[in-house]
Amino acid sequence: MAKAAIAISEPKTVVIRSSKGWTALNLRDLWVYRELVYFMTWRDLKVRYKQTALGVSWAVIQPFMNMVVFSIFFGGLAHVPTDNGIPYPIFSFVALLPWTLFTNALNNASRSLVSNQNMITKIYFPKLVLPLSSVLSGLVDFLIAFVVLIGIALYYNLTGQAHITITAALWTLIPYLLMALMTALGIALWLSALYVQYRDVGYILPFLSDILKFISPVVYSTTMIPAKWQMIYALNPMAGVINGFRWAILGTPTGPDTRLIISAVVALVILVSGMIYFRRMERTFADTI
Amino acid sequence: MKPVIQVENLGKRYRIGLAPQRYRTLSENISQALSRPFRRAGAIIRRSVGQDVLQPGEEYIWALQDINFEVQHGQVLGIIGRNGAGKSTLLKVLSRITEPTTGSVTIRGRVGSLLEVGTGFHPELTGRENIYLNGAILGMRNTEIGRKFDEIVAFSEVEQFIDTPVKRYSSGMYLRLAFAVAAHLEPEILVVDEVLAVGDVEFQKKCLGKMGDVAQEGRTVLFVSHNMSAVLRLTQESIVMEKGRLILRAPSSEAVDYYLSAGNAKAGERIWDADKVPADAAPFRPIALRLLDKTGKILDTVRSTEEFKIEMEYALAGPLTGLRIGIYLSTARGEYVLTSFDTDDQKHFEKHGSRPAGHYVSGCVIPPDFLNGGRYTLGVNASSYRVRRYFMDEQALTFNVDSSGAPGMQWAEPRPGVLRPRLEWKIETK
Repeated sequence: MAKAAIAISEPKTVVIRSSKGWTALNLRDLWVYRELVYFMTWRDLKVRYKQTALGVSWAVIQPFMNMVVFSIFFGGLAHVPTDNGIPYPIFSFVALLPWTLFTNALNNASRSLVSNQNMITKIYFPKLVLPLSSVLSGLVDFLIAFVVLIGIALYYNLTGQAHITITAALWTLIPYLLMALMTALGIALWLSALYVQYRDVGYILPFLSDILKFISPVVYSTTMIPAKWQMIYALNPMAGVINGFRWAILGTPTGPDTRLIISAVVALVILVSGMIYFRRMERTFADTI
Repeated sequence: MKPVIQVENLGKRYRIGLAPQRYRTLSENISQALSRPFRRAGAIIRRSVGQDVLQPGEEYIWALQDINFEVQHGQVLGIIGRNGAGKSTLLKVLSRITEPTTGSVTIRGRVGSLLEVGTGFHPELTGRENIYLNGAILGMRNTEIGRKFDEIVAFSEVEQFIDTPVKRYSSGMYLRLAFAVAAHLEPEILVVDEVLAVGDVEFQKKCLGKMGDVAQEGRTVLFVSHNMSAVLRLTQESIVMEKGRLILRAPSSEAVDYYLSAGNAKAGERIWDADKVPADAAPFRPIALRLLDKTGKILDTVRSTEEFKIEMEYALAGPLTGLRIGIYLSTARGEYVLTSFDTDDQKHFEKHGSRPAGHYVSGCVIPPDFLNGGRYTLGVNASSYRVRRYFMDEQALTFNVDSSGAPGMQWAEPRPGVLRPRLEWKIETK
């Protein structure tokens, strides 16, 4: 029975030779290996909270504790203003949702090739599977943290400190989320390919995350940025994502406009250039890792 | 019918780092020092866009060179050669893990490669989960794994622990499970590297049996091994590789014979030229390995009824602590007969715990009436236990043992077994 399955799939001819210059993206190969993407994502999820006492609660604790710290220091001590007088904790938590997803995806995906080196040196598969599945596995954490957001929103509504309503704009979270994932994957494709050759990337990653956090409106509001800088500020796709999240959930005046188009174009450029670079470097991974 | 695998002018080059600096004039040195950062930066940039650049003075080796061969559908081809001959690199190119530098390979069919079992196994996952994960990594479809699941578990003999994380497995169980998944892969072309060396003897037999089945089913198999009896059992034809080149393609028995006798200097003595010893052996330097008779004459054929001496001559450029010189005696087919170290004896172990720089000979006597007739391989090794291995040559010497005059020679039949001792039999009537 098993043999029949092989007989049906006609033998395809593969020619192996040294590839010169820039190669096609070969997304078909990735499609053939889609089950591997699924299994690697599933492995990441299964393993992530193994042998931790708090288990999956970490998905919530991370953004929640950040929110507490930010609320004390930025909201309480520094009196960072929020849009429309929204309470600082929920204002920052809404930004922390996509931010935590982004920064974890960026970190895990950038390290994915080096941490799976034995697979790279022993087996053939499209290497794109590794960063891609690392990015996808962060989505589950995001969804869990989103449930907590609903809890926080309910609390503020019930105590009358804020008025958060469900609007039609909520569906836009999906494209915004996609934009965050695209950006994380795009940067990670560049960094993971460089990491194979230069371990310096491992030292750059932590402070790259920090810098990106402060040039994104996580602890403050975009409206604090002077008008003449707004277009340059929008070059950071995560600014677009966080503004969108705040607009869709909290109704801040940061809805879609020209700046979003800039952010989206930059995200796309990062992703496509990352894929091209990754494909080009892929052939040397097994030899240099 | 077109060949399933067609290899043409295949070559693979690796960079091996900068060569040591040679003596130059001062002005050269200064201009070098000034331009080096720029050239280095240039190399870094070109390498980051995937160009295979060599810096001036950088050395490289051809791990494969001018390889040409074809494999027909259903053929089982053995690949043999010493360590570093390029066998593994060849398999890596064939399984698309690494790209060749020159030439091409045309492959008609799905390739499954087993260069190592258990790749992608995660210690935290259970046996069941790892079967699915590893299957997917090896290119099996989810439904395919599901269908073969019970078979895989039964083959691995770990039914009881299938829902236990594999980090709690013994190393034997781990390897059995890993091999079981790999063995149920059903590609048209199977590329196998040494995976038979897993588990205990029983399980190895089972693995060999499974490989035999695969070969019987008419699939194409490329099989790399140092185990000559496995090569002979599983393959009809083999290629022999040496220093990155294919030097012989012949029926397996002929290829194995060639391999076993090739590269070994005059029987009975092996001499290492100082410039051919790997640099990382220092401060140890092997000089010669010899087989001597009672009078100190070099032997090329040993008589099984007489004692002979194995002698290893070597030099130490600096003092070494805990050094031990080992010999590995095995049959030409690759089965071990014995392993022995010069400091096995407690006396020697204490007295020679550290050896000052100098010239040494470590020798031992193999008693008469010990080995059966046949062809044997002698390997040597110099190491400090759990510290470092200075030098190793698994096939330093091959020699013949002539069993004429041995016990039982009145019957002209071959005697199975590695040993042919003269045992004290007593025959009593009661």
